[in-house]
Amino acid sequence: MDDFLQFLFSGLTRGSVYAIVGIGFSIIYNASRVINFAQGEFVMIGGMVTVYLLTTWGMPLALAAVVATAAAAATAAVLEWVAVERARSATPTTIIIITIGASILIRGVVEVLLGKRDYLLPAFGSETPIVIGDASLQPQSFWVLGTLVAVALGLKFFLGSTLAGKAMLATAQNAAAARIVGINTRRVLFYSFAASGALGAIAGIVITPITLTRFDIGVMLGLKGFCASIIGGLANPFGAIAGGLGVGIIEALAGGYLSSAYQDAVAFLIILLVLMVRPQGLFSRAAVERV
Amino acid sequence: MSERRGGTSNRWAILLLAGAIALLPAFLPNSFYFDLAIKAMLNALVCIGLNLMIGYAGQISLGHAAFFAIGGYASAALVAGAGLPAPLALVAGAGMSALVAFVVGRPILRLKGHYLAMATLGFGIILHTVFMRETGLTGGPDGRIVPAFAVGALRLTRLEHWYWLVGGALVLGVVVARLLVDSAFGRALRGLHDAEAAVSAVGVDVAAIKVRVFVISAVYASVAGSLFAHVERFITPGESGFIRSIEFVTMVVLGGMASTFGAIAGAAVLTVLTQVSATFADYKHIVLGTILVFTMAVMPAGIVPTLARTFSRRK
Repeated sequence: MDDFLQFLFSGLTRGSVYAIVGIGFSIIYNASRVINFAQGEFVMIGGMVTVYLLTTWGMPLALAAVVATAAAAATAAVLEWVAVERARSATPTTIIIITIGASILIRGVVEVLLGKRDYLLPAFGSETPIVIGDASLQPQSFWVLGTLVAVALGLKFFLGSTLAGKAMLATAQNAAAARIVGINTRRVLFYSFAASGALGAIAGIVITPITLTRFDIGVMLGLKGFCASIIGGLANPFGAIAGGLGVGIIEALAGGYLSSAYQDAVAFLIILLVLMVRPQGLFSRAAVERV
Repeated sequence: MSERRGGTSNRWAILLLAGAIALLPAFLPNSFYFDLAIKAMLNALVCIGLNLMIGYAGQISLGHAAFFAIGGYASAALVAGAGLPAPLALVAGAGMSALVAFVVGRPILRLKGHYLAMATLGFGIILHTVFMRETGLTGGPDGRIVPAFAVGALRLTRLEHWYWLVGGALVLGVVVARLLVDSAFGRALRGLHDAEAAVSAVGVDVAAIKVRVFVISAVYASVAGSLFAHVERFITPGESGFIRSIEFVTMVVLGGMASTFGAIAGAAVLTVLTQVSATFADYKHIVLGTILVFTMAVMPAGIVPTLARTFSRRK
């Protein structure tokens, strides 16, 4: 039972990251019906750039984090501008290949610039573990969970109470109708990518003190974030929160009780299971295919 | 986008390819270049199968290196462990790949585009983990030695001989692919790409067709993987990795979607690039990524079909 609490904390922590990545998938999907395979790379950029600015340039952590987030948002915006915007009339296969290509390109650039080694970020606050029962919890985990809560509240406020957020919702429901009432759907698409890039980077920054970061962590995080978002329903960004925490907890339990070598398989098995039980995705309202 | 050539021009193209393969050794100065040509042809074999899936059916697989590695490890384990003759091990490996593709493909191929791509990506990563961790069977991250390709007392060791075997396999692979493309199955495949709903409406079992093409492309990759393992006499989990899968996709994209000969050209160009330049290794990701983004954004049809169209327009 004592192990269980430990696994649960660990699962919630990493699950928060999957949830934020999943929200990013969902935001872009809603604006464009595109699944952005480069989503995990934004998490990588967030962590890597922050460590780089902190150690090499001696920037204060908060400033480094802001710059790294801006860098990821800019990268995402460029991706939208260069590739996705241009290929909007293209088939889903073309879009998948473009975003996959972009993800390989991004990791290649980071690999050449910053190298192949692991990067570590110090914890934001205290490093003394907090003991709850038989489990000990790193204070950094609270930063991660707190970030998820902040992201969720921010998103709720943005979508529900701002004009830009309502434009985004309208575009998601019916892009053609949104254009008719005067919403600039191209701008919505552009900002959706930028926001999604920034969210990914924030997740990458807060998790790096716990998990380290490397130029090639993006693929796996992308896969798990995607898993989070299809559990919750791609069209619903809040669903990704439940999905992400679920994936994180199941993964941590599987890693703890069954096999640590194969815990990465959990996300894939969940994807298969979701697809088998509900081939059209958990929420059938959102068609999978982009027409 | 698709090739709609008749049977005759098909036959000529295949003869041309066979002629090129037959003549090439005259220009290969030493065993390094034989090795290069063999690797290019094995990659081409994978790409011909993958192209049936991506180029013709419009379904993407981001985990095809897994099948390449299943073939390679099956050959290694069955020949070394069970003492099976190499050709039989190759067939058994292909059977295993087909079975795995069938079992995995059934659920995921009911879905389109993005889900399929993500599922194949995950599938590839899981199998990579299996090859890394099951050290008893695979030798773990360091890889394992593969026995020589032998039938009875006949042992294939010289690279020149391998060249002919692999060249023959490539021509056979092209012939089978062209026959498939020109059959009713091929028409249904192209239909999936162009208008899935219409194909479904005229009574074609879309899901079954997709599973079949996934299985066929897995067999192509598996056979190439078996041969690769025997040529190298060594196999590592790197052959099953995500980047290896991306390499295969890049070759198909570079050469041209829905063009069998384009897939061969793409494989040849990228293999030569990888093997010849030592600095390439450092910039591999950048090069692969740039090719994928640039080709799709600027000439989505790929190099060979784009050139072919330019030439036929000039006439």
